[in-house]
Amino acid sequence: MTQFLSLLLNGLSLGALYALIALGFVIIFKASEVVSFTHGSLLLLGAYSIARLSDRIGFLPAVLAGVALTAAAAFVIERVVINRLRGAPVISLAIVTIGIDIILLTELIRRIGSDILNVPHPWGGKSFRIGDVGISQNRLIATAVAGVLIVAFFLAFKYSSWGVAMRASAEDGETAALMGIRLGRVSALAWIVAGALAAVAALFLVGAPTPGVSAAAYTVALRAFPAAILGGLDSTGGALVGGLLIGLAESFAAGYQDQLLFLGRGFGDVVPYVVMIAVLLVRPSGLFGTKELTRV
Amino acid sequence: MLTIDALHVTYGGAVQALRGISMEVPDGKVVAVLGSNGAGKTTLLRTISGTLRLHRGKVESGSVRYGDSVLGNRDPAQTVRLGLVQVPEGRHIFGRLTVEENLRAGGMGNKDKAAKARARDRVYEMFPVLEERSAQRGALLSGGEQQMLAIGRALMASPQLLLLDEPSLGLAPRIIGQIGEVIAEINRQGTSVLLVEQNATMALGVADLAYVLDVGEVSLSGSAKELARTDEVQRLYLGHDSDEPRQRAGVASGKTLSRWTA
Repeated sequence: MTQFLSLLLNGLSLGALYALIALGFVIIFKASEVVSFTHGSLLLLGAYSIARLSDRIGFLPAVLAGVALTAAAAFVIERVVINRLRGAPVISLAIVTIGIDIILLTELIRRIGSDILNVPHPWGGKSFRIGDVGISQNRLIATAVAGVLIVAFFLAFKYSSWGVAMRASAEDGETAALMGIRLGRVSALAWIVAGALAAVAALFLVGAPTPGVSAAAYTVALRAFPAAILGGLDSTGGALVGGLLIGLAESFAAGYQDQLLFLGRGFGDVVPYVVMIAVLLVRPSGLFGTKELTRV
Repeated sequence: MLTIDALHVTYGGAVQALRGISMEVPDGKVVAVLGSNGAGKTTLLRTISGTLRLHRGKVESGSVRYGDSVLGNRDPAQTVRLGLVQVPEGRHIFGRLTVEENLRAGGMGNKDKAAKARARDRVYEMFPVLEERSAQRGALLSGGEQQMLAIGRALMASPQLLLLDEPSLGLAPRIIGQIGEVIAEINRQGTSVLLVEQNATMALGVADLAYVLDVGEVSLSGSAKELARTDEVQRLYLGHDSDEPRQRAGVASGKTLSRWTA
């Protein structure tokens, strides 16, 4: 039972981080009609810049600078590439983002090399115990921060002008433009928000129990793709549910590894994709996705 | 005043949609544009509102001017800021947004908070049903209510010139009558209207001036009352068949319209 609760708690915290990344993925898709594969390298950029900057300017300024830098990088990608290709087929745009991702990733891996960069989280590697159930402090803080950001995001999405503009242009871009909504601005903002969310997720994903920033952080981000896709690519609520589902599935599969040994070691790493495929077989447009999207 | 001068528009460099159209929309007037499918009505509106590029259309020559500003190559959002707002054909309300959010989306280009509040009061006064249903999703409204919402949404930007693309499309005759009254009321409150329609009875009833488009050219123009009396319009758009000897009314007419038969 203790193990179950512990895995549940860890799974939820991991899932909240996946949800942050998946949310960014979804709003980019809604605002720019791009399936953005740049998220892995953006996440790594966030982690790398926080790790490198914190040696020089201290932890908190480094976090702020790293988040800003990642958001700026996402903004530049949108302005320089995506915005100019507006109206191009969804497939071509997706492949362009894969290209950008490879360029950015290659440069980051060259800089990181085989090192493992340490992010000096002030809360360190300590863990926190509620009764017998343990969770690393890093993950606990991550859950709280992700929770606050997710609530803030959904409130903004529902009530702010940005949210209304965003949902209107996602539903019908041409009409939104006719109503005076600047599609370019909406799209740029979506990328900025997505970049910032990815960097915040990165900050916690490279903390305990993960050893630090290495090139492997990239594959962590990849697990947010199944989260976004199984929730339904165009549904923000779906991204949240998908993120939590993937986090829980991964945590349980890793925790009960011994019982699942017949599936082979490291099943936890592939379980996100297994869950995604299982969901898509039953619901091809994801749990909450709009049906029409299957016709694109 | 909106002035269109010898406008040529093509799609994909090959299909000629407009072939030298000239027309004017004077301030404070309602101008109707009639024409059958493929006459170029929608292309005309796209050119004015700036969405032509989204459809791979291009202005080859000629100009569209509104006051001192040149339109045609502007962003649609910029056009809205100049005071021209288009109600798209087929209403295109945001079905997943509530009625109130639809109106908010319409007011996005309007920075002035007080003006926005006034515009909303005006919309709710003109369409009380929208206020009753403000928390409902747009998709749940009836066709007539959706058209009211589409018009109300456009009014949220406080336009000086309202462009309407076939507001009667797919609506019951009684509702079409109401739309006509709404257009007259909007005009009375000081907004000029460019009304593109296939329903000539309603359009000519509410308009001051009218143009008839035929395959990308203006074939007839004049005051709406005079046009409604002409033989061609009677025959082709108002459905009165007259086999009597043709009598031309005193309206500038380039060519004779022929009935489309298949």
